[in-house]
Amino acid sequence: MTPLALSGKVDFAEGWSTERALVRLCAPVEPPQSPHDIALVRGDQDASVALALGYDGAAAFTENPLSISGFRRSLRLGKHLDYIASGDILGLAPLSRHFRTLYRRSSDHNSFLVTERCNHLCLMCSQPPRAVDDGWLMDEIAEALPLVSSSTRSIGFTGGEPLTEVSRFIELVRMSRDLLPNTAIHVLTNGRAFADHSVVKAWAGIKHPNLWAGIPLYGAVDHLHDHVVQARGAFDETVLGILRMKDAGQRVEIRVVLHRITATRLRETCEWLARNMPFVDHIALMGIEHTGFALANEAELWIDPVDYADDLAAGVQVLNSSGVPVSIYNLPLCLLSPTSRPFAVRSISDWKNAFQPECEACGEREKCSGFFSSGKLRRSRGIHPLVASTSAVDV
Amino acid sequence: MAKFKEPQAFGLELDERIRLLPIRFERNDDGTFIVSNMVGEMVTLSGPELGRLASLQVAPGDGLYETAMEKLLIAREHQKAPLQLLALRLRSRMAYLQEPSALQIFVVTLRCEHSCPYCQVSRRSVDRDVYDMSQETASRALDIALASPSLKIKIEFQGGEPLLNFELIQYLVLEAERGAPAAGKQVEFVITTNLALLTDDVLAFCKSHGVLISTSLDGPADLHNRNRPRPGNNSHELTISGIRRAKLALGADAVGALMTTSEASLERVEEIVDEYLAHDLDGIFLRPISPYGFAIKTKQFKRYGVDEWLKFYERGLRYVLSINRAGRRFPELYAALLILRMMTDRPSGYVDLRSPAGIGIGALVYNYDGKVFASDEGRMLAEMNDRTFELGDVQNATYESLVLSDKLLELVGTSLTQCAPMCSTCAFEPNCGADPAYHVATQGDPQGIKPFSEFCARQKGLFRLLMRIMAESKEDEAILRSWAYV
Repeated sequence: MTPLALSGKVDFAEGWSTERALVRLCAPVEPPQSPHDIALVRGDQDASVALALGYDGAAAFTENPLSISGFRRSLRLGKHLDYIASGDILGLAPLSRHFRTLYRRSSDHNSFLVTERCNHLCLMCSQPPRAVDDGWLMDEIAEALPLVSSSTRSIGFTGGEPLTEVSRFIELVRMSRDLLPNTAIHVLTNGRAFADHSVVKAWAGIKHPNLWAGIPLYGAVDHLHDHVVQARGAFDETVLGILRMKDAGQRVEIRVVLHRITATRLRETCEWLARNMPFVDHIALMGIEHTGFALANEAELWIDPVDYADDLAAGVQVLNSSGVPVSIYNLPLCLLSPTSRPFAVRSISDWKNAFQPECEACGEREKCSGFFSSGKLRRSRGIHPLVASTSAVDV
Repeated sequence: MAKFKEPQAFGLELDERIRLLPIRFERNDDGTFIVSNMVGEMVTLSGPELGRLASLQVAPGDGLYETAMEKLLIAREHQKAPLQLLALRLRSRMAYLQEPSALQIFVVTLRCEHSCPYCQVSRRSVDRDVYDMSQETASRALDIALASPSLKIKIEFQGGEPLLNFELIQYLVLEAERGAPAAGKQVEFVITTNLALLTDDVLAFCKSHGVLISTSLDGPADLHNRNRPRPGNNSHELTISGIRRAKLALGADAVGALMTTSEASLERVEEIVDEYLAHDLDGIFLRPISPYGFAIKTKQFKRYGVDEWLKFYERGLRYVLSINRAGRRFPELYAALLILRMMTDRPSGYVDLRSPAGIGIGALVYNYDGKVFASDEGRMLAEMNDRTFELGDVQNATYESLVLSDKLLELVGTSLTQCAPMCSTCAFEPNCGADPAYHVATQGDPQGIKPFSEFCARQKGLFRLLMRIMAESKEDEAILRSWAYV
């Protein structure tokens, strides 16, 4: 299985006058609600209804040779976009025909890329940062937020480092609060900006009812964390940032990505978290995604998850018995100790999870995160089917 | 492709210095050292490692640097986070100080129908007029209790046998329920009783007012009855049936029991634990005899030394752990308390083990005669003609006059373990506490000379025992850790 094509090219774009365009695809059942709305046309009937409803733009699938010539703006979508449905939002560069899928209404894993800029250069970054002037991304998000369905359960903001431009980003969160009051917001940030009181004050001042900061911490030792994120002094600022956020009553999730460098002191890290940060709202211990820099640094980072399964089990137990909510992300159940399995979450985004041949015989597949289909698969020697049961025992 | 830096690039800069954060250490018998940080988190190091740590001969990558940083024993000089972590953890550990005098003890009578040789309160058997608290005294005491700044207070009825003056308990409960809302307080009640005089009327009252029961159970019938004689020699029978009836009437959670270790208990800890299990009690508190009242007069206190008691305790704790390993959750409650201190930074205001001591600022005791004491042990000493902990009389005292009295401030200040000789340098200090009454009783001084203190020897023995058990078995460590979350 290949991951969904969330960016690429549309087959054809005509009638677009701007360098960038934001479109929401709509089944033509009611008039367009926004100038960004274009009709998603699946038959000749749709096209005439859309025109009658007042749509001036339409998109149709290339393999379906119906006429959309009556519209001022049009798109032809290839087979790789067959997942597109009504309510979804695309960012378009019409001249190059380049698109990015910004939002899928049916997904619980919508995440907006705020910027590619970052003050870290993590050894395993799946979204390698670039020092580019990409402030337009935040403009685009500001334009897209009013188009997002208000029934969306949660959205993410990711980067780069979303807090690279603090005040503009805070404004985006404030917009989300007003436009999507029932939608949880998860921000993936390295947390260093929160070492500054004024940033925490601005963040807390939004008074969002369900706003999370997901902050990575790669150990309890300064040089280990700093090495992983490739930034001196990062550990001190990140820890300070977490403390200030919790002091201000904000929700914080700590995210520990598991690879050779972090796994060697995993037990100690979990003990440290249990002692020093029992007040955080959630701790996620996360399997690595073999993409981006993780491929370049594979020799340094790869460790078979079965080789740290015991330490992971011990760490989870310490955190859980200390009353800290803890989950395991991105690791298939068969690579975990039985005591760890109840903590595993089906965390891999719907558009990029996949399974192995062994999984056919597995009785726990429905509960399993599976594997990242993105990037390159490093096969663990521990992959094996499990017998279905409440406690998931080995075959 | 980006250029990544090697791990060495994140080590120490030439001009970057490490600083030693406050540490304390204790030598173990095997030559290793228990090293603790400012908030009582402990790690075992070898002698050479401790030497390197103390002289800062540590560097990133050598293993000791990593352990020392994780345990907040060191920090780089410019780092702020380690100091913030220590500060907030210390603040959390001491947060009980925000709820002063949350425990209010009323000695409603000193009379008792038992005649225990180890009785620490010097009970009386006669003379209702002299040894029962009057309603007038009770009313004045309650006014003081409700003036404590704590929003939640616990009123404990003590004796003698408090059920001998149950009318006064009823009066106090009703008055407290009436007065508490106006004072903006929640009140919880507990009766410490031997249950021999438990009636259905008492249970009905307890049920309708949410009154909890704390009782004494020393073990199997022969041991219990030997420790706790009464006419008819049926203390055990009455206690057991009382526990059963009280659980039935008030709910299983509403009844707790405590045991006291007599010389006759020393070889029988398993039977004692089994007795608690048989009656579905949800934990056991293995307690030594304290040096007060008849325990001194009848020389019960001197019948065994700290080493014998520690052996008894270890045997008991290991037996309790084996029960937990077999799947039944059943904590030893003193270990649970120490583990809470050792493994977490949650505030523990347990009045008998904290510093500043719980005297006055943790608890106040209103004696049957209207005298107010800084602790339960304080009034026990008064029956032995030592009035060190007597703070005043309900006739003319106010909450402020008692708690801000020079006498109390002097006792609290003198006994602070944070600066007492031999305590201030002890690795276990953050997890221990001051016991000024014990040291007045045994050494005539609230601070005491710690090398001569059996309290100190017992505490150190317990901390070492718990460290040893946790080092021996991960499974036991997990069980002990879970007890901190009772």
